[in-house]
Amino acid sequence: MTPNIVLCLLVGVLFACGVYLLLARSLSRSLLGILLLTNGVSILFLIASGPAGRAPIIGVNAPEEMSDPLPQAMVLTAIVITLGLTAFILAMAHRSWQLARSDNVEDDLEDVRIAQRAVDNDMSDSEFRKRDRTDGDGAVRNGADGDGADGDGAVRDGAVGDGAVHDGEPVAATHTRSEEVDR
Amino acid sequence: MTWTPEFLVPLPVVLALVGAGITIAVGRHTRTQRTVSVVTLALVLTVSLALLISVDTVGHPLAVQVGGWPAPDGITLVVDRLSALMLVVSATVTLGVLLYSIGQGRASADSDEGDGGAPLPIFHPTMLVLSAGVSNAFIAGDLFNLYVGFEVLLAASFVLLTLGGTAERIRAGVSYVVVSLIASLIFLSAVAMIYAATGTVNLAQLATRLDDLPDSTTLVLQLMLLLGFCVKAAVFPLSGWLPDSYPTAPAPVTAVFAGLLTKVGVYSIIRTQTLLFPGDRLTDLLLWAALATMLVGILGAVAQDDIKRMLSFTLISHIGYMLFGIALSSAAGLSAAIFYVAHHITIQTTLFLVAGLIERRGGSTSLSQLGGLVKVAPVLSILFFIPAMNLAGIPPFSGFLGKVGLMQAGAEDGGWLPYTLIAGSVLTSLLTLYAISRVWGRAFWRDPAAQLRADPSQGHVIEAAARPVSRVGGPIGNPEAATDGSREGHVEVDTAHLPLGMMVPAAALVTVGMAITIIAGPLFGVTDRAAGELRERTPYVEAVFPDGVP
Repeated sequence: MTPNIVLCLLVGVLFACGVYLLLARSLSRSLLGILLLTNGVSILFLIASGPAGRAPIIGVNAPEEMSDPLPQAMVLTAIVITLGLTAFILAMAHRSWQLARSDNVEDDLEDVRIAQRAVDNDMSDSEFRKRDRTDGDGAVRNGADGDGADGDGAVRDGAVGDGAVHDGEPVAATHTRSEEVDR
Repeated sequence: MTWTPEFLVPLPVVLALVGAGITIAVGRHTRTQRTVSVVTLALVLTVSLALLISVDTVGHPLAVQVGGWPAPDGITLVVDRLSALMLVVSATVTLGVLLYSIGQGRASADSDEGDGGAPLPIFHPTMLVLSAGVSNAFIAGDLFNLYVGFEVLLAASFVLLTLGGTAERIRAGVSYVVVSLIASLIFLSAVAMIYAATGTVNLAQLATRLDDLPDSTTLVLQLMLLLGFCVKAAVFPLSGWLPDSYPTAPAPVTAVFAGLLTKVGVYSIIRTQTLLFPGDRLTDLLLWAALATMLVGILGAVAQDDIKRMLSFTLISHIGYMLFGIALSSAAGLSAAIFYVAHHITIQTTLFLVAGLIERRGGSTSLSQLGGLVKVAPVLSILFFIPAMNLAGIPPFSGFLGKVGLMQAGAEDGGWLPYTLIAGSVLTSLLTLYAISRVWGRAFWRDPAAQLRADPSQGHVIEAAARPVSRVGGPIGNPEAATDGSREGHVEVDTAHLPLGMMVPAAALVTVGMAITIIAGPLFGVTDRAAGELRERTPYVEAVFPDGVP
């Protein structure tokens, strides 16, 4: 089998352009990239089917003149699938535009938050580290974690503080804690 | 025409698709829709069980030529022991998840939650289409049909992941969709190149024809296929998309994704590595990938604050175990890998369902906002504890048996790299236990009073006693408060009792997970025979071409 050099080059160009577009943040550019890649793959199937021949219909053309029908069937299937998925991506891009007025692919917020904790050297959550922390530090953390419900937390802290009085020792800790929050 | 077990082969796909059509037609009648989808999946499960039993007793794979077109031209469907086992496990968990989501839908029918529940008539048909796609991938006898199976399940998963179209789900959906499509395109290019090289996409025919190709060509084709499948299976350098997208979906959706979608990738790796590219050419590469997947995945899990994200990372990490077994490519390794796949599908799905229950009970899955669940929801705690210990591989459970099987296989192989992998898998197992006990300690055990009793060292007890109360508060509702009349103002009262419709399916899956332990002996028998069949290759080829390969 001798592949057609023009088709091979075309596949290369389509793949290169597709990959380049996929690197963009905008969803519509990524979609165009995916479309180019799909077309590249379709042409790859055409190369796979060998030299072009006559239509593979029994009784119209002689079998030795026919082109291979199997890759054509596969390409058709792939085109139909891509059509459906493209429609879905367009709908998603539209929805993204409706919601955020942009179709950029956003970062994962939770991931960013956890990475930020790593930068702050605050990964452990352990009780040991909490003790070393200064009051001011603790207050900041509480504000960040409490989702704006600090007032709520402070009230409850008070309640537990009262309960803890009987135990003697815990009192100091709990009270420090509620003071932090109050600040 | 007499009855043969071959008649059962296409049924898992056909039944699910017919069921999907009916559920769309009756879309507005929620009750009918639920009945149809449950009956459909129960039938699929029955058929899959019958397939597993008949394929194991007949002793050779069952092959069907769709439409009567003979093998290399038509579409071939093949069920061997591996496919049949996968079908049974996937049908079981899909049925469990569907029942759970029905329970959830009924419980929240009056509220506006709508998570995979009644208000969306699209949910049930999509789940059935997803099931059909997964089954199609398992029974596909040619590469292109495998691709079609992937696309069917991906299209369904796109819809499920972006259900409701909220900003967060669209954001997560975009990266998932783009990554999945790229993986599919790599796979499709590989199919085109394989067709160009061999002139066929039929797996059985490829098994003989690929041997005649030059070694370098085969290597390129093998790597292309592996690349596509590894993205889908979330093997380490290609796994970044998973924890980004899974946790945002509704609990039942995440559960079924976690259980099935990555495992379809693992199944495809097993199938192509054994049937098309036997030998140990890529053993070292796969072993390194397995090690990195295990360790990087579990280190990610340890850092997470959210239970669903933590579970997503353990999911990635434990894909490494399966890859370990596949890479060894010995009979023992493959057998243990298949056992591990069956175990892990069940356990991971159960854990995500339980995470959904935790979210419902505690109002959140964030560890910084949960606490004291063991007191207010003891049954839920048991439901979490058993599969969690199972995942970590604590001795009586199937996770332990699977891991031991893998380690034995690694030790049999005997090189320094397999021994490194054994050390890595022990470490991963311990770190999984750490991640799990972190969840247990914070979400379930973090009760001030209990902490005081349990912890002998006074020093940080004080802090522990003080912390939960100051952090647990918040708009979402505090589970502890449910037991305490004086704090009633902070509670969502209707979450006090978990709906039975959600508890029972979750409990049933927990039981299935424990049952795997009990039937581990016979199951290992099946996986041993499956692995033997995979390594021999001839049974598969002879089932498709009884009169010799053309």
